[in-house]
Amino acid sequence: MTNDVAAIAADRLVKIYKGGIAVNGVSFSLPQGSITGLLGGNGAGKTTTIAMIMGLVMPTSGQVSVLGVDMARQRHRVLHRMNFESPYVDMPMRLTVRQNLRVFGKLYGVDDVEERIRELAEQLDLVEFLDRPTGKLSAGQKTRVSLAKSLLNKPEILLLDEPTASLDPDTADWVRGRLETYRRQRHATILLASHNMAEVERLCERVIMMKRGKIEDDDTPQRLLERYGRETLEEVFLDIARGRGEAREAAQ
Amino acid sequence: MSGRASVYSAFSFGRIGAMILRYYYLMRSSWPRLLELIYWPMVQMLMWGFLQSYVDQNASFFAKAGGTFIGAVLLWDILFRGQLGFSVSFLEEMWARNMGNLMMSPLRPLEFVVALMVMSLVRLAIGMVPVTLVALWLFNFNLYGLGFALAAFFANLIFTSWAVGILVSGLILRNGMGAEGLAWTIMFLLLPLTCVYYPVSIFPGWLQAVAWALPPTYVFEGMRALLIEHVFRADLMLMALALNLFYFGISVIVFLKLLDAARRHGSLIQTGE
Repeated sequence: MTNDVAAIAADRLVKIYKGGIAVNGVSFSLPQGSITGLLGGNGAGKTTTIAMIMGLVMPTSGQVSVLGVDMARQRHRVLHRMNFESPYVDMPMRLTVRQNLRVFGKLYGVDDVEERIRELAEQLDLVEFLDRPTGKLSAGQKTRVSLAKSLLNKPEILLLDEPTASLDPDTADWVRGRLETYRRQRHATILLASHNMAEVERLCERVIMMKRGKIEDDDTPQRLLERYGRETLEEVFLDIARGRGEAREAAQ
Repeated sequence: MSGRASVYSAFSFGRIGAMILRYYYLMRSSWPRLLELIYWPMVQMLMWGFLQSYVDQNASFFAKAGGTFIGAVLLWDILFRGQLGFSVSFLEEMWARNMGNLMMSPLRPLEFVVALMVMSLVRLAIGMVPVTLVALWLFNFNLYGLGFALAAFFANLIFTSWAVGILVSGLILRNGMGAEGLAWTIMFLLLPLTCVYYPVSIFPGWLQAVAWALPPTYVFEGMRALLIEHVFRADLMLMALALNLFYFGISVIVFLKLLDAARRHGSLIQTGE
């Protein structure tokens, strides 16, 4: 696999559920080693888009590929090279942190699982509760465990759905720091769905803004700020969510 | 990159082993889960065992047919607990909201199914071995005395239980936890139809045709033939095996279709009701 192949490529992705259109003609291509934010309000289609990238949801039409592999049909060829973290899934609560990481390490075919667990425990400050049941941990500790699980196989592609949701600002900032370090060290591609504009502004070199299943804008944070004449991404987000005129009125 | 070769493979015993390890940790962490495996089979066996003892003392036919009730209840439990063992292991992932993690991992659907089959055997052994030993001690009924016949009965019943378990798991994947009730109740549909406690001949003709379409019917008829007439009916076992292979194949195909449907409908990311 060469670096010419897009890490993630979505081509006119459409997902229609019985209740309506969740994703409506979304296209983008993320180069390897990039970090991109996927922003949008509730129901904008972020989670469905990420689920289609993971192959958990089949597109109604269009195509999504990861490292050149069609995720609707051949996802098992590439799943071991990617990983994810999401607040919509949990690690089994009765298993200890070490047991959970061991099971997932084996599922991902990690060669020396115990050594990898030791490494991650040190990097993510998990050592003291490795042998505690996962269900007994605080929200912040659980997030770190989920992050450890998502890094177990040293993924080339990391999909993060609101990785700092429900974390206090200090822990959230710490998690962002770990993600930045991981990307720098591994030249990994990260796609991050978030409601947290400060997080996106700090981490992402590109932002894709979604609204009602469509891409409303797609650019670097700096260019978005300039284009909308705003100082923060939060204001840009409000412009897009409410429509430019309404947001300006509200700001005034 | 670590472990790349092993994860490329279409079928990996390493990944199956990882799932078995996951269920081993779970069982080890929860004694109520272990107790539950033994509790109902023991209650059932005791109730039917004492009933059998009473009937033995009061009816000449049943005196000759010694062990048919208790044999039936033990074999029925193999069928029922085998399916439950499969389905509960599957449900543990839904209850733990872990299905997304598994579906996103390199674990293949058929590897997952094989891990659940192994766990159904483990759960069955934990539940049934003590119960069969108590049946031997209390009622002098030696299930293991059936020898090769027991192996044939067991193989056919466990095959059926897996086929039903696979089907139920597919329905839960597709329809969410609203379909969980099926895991606990579906086997009771087979209880009257597979003639666990009475011969097929008491059914009207049309219902006999339904009963003979179900593999466990052959097992329970075979058990009665063995215990009452002391004849091992290999023909019945072969017929059951043929039907089982057919139903097992169908259930795997339906499971894969339901998994595809779940991916189309987005059910895999909505694991609630």
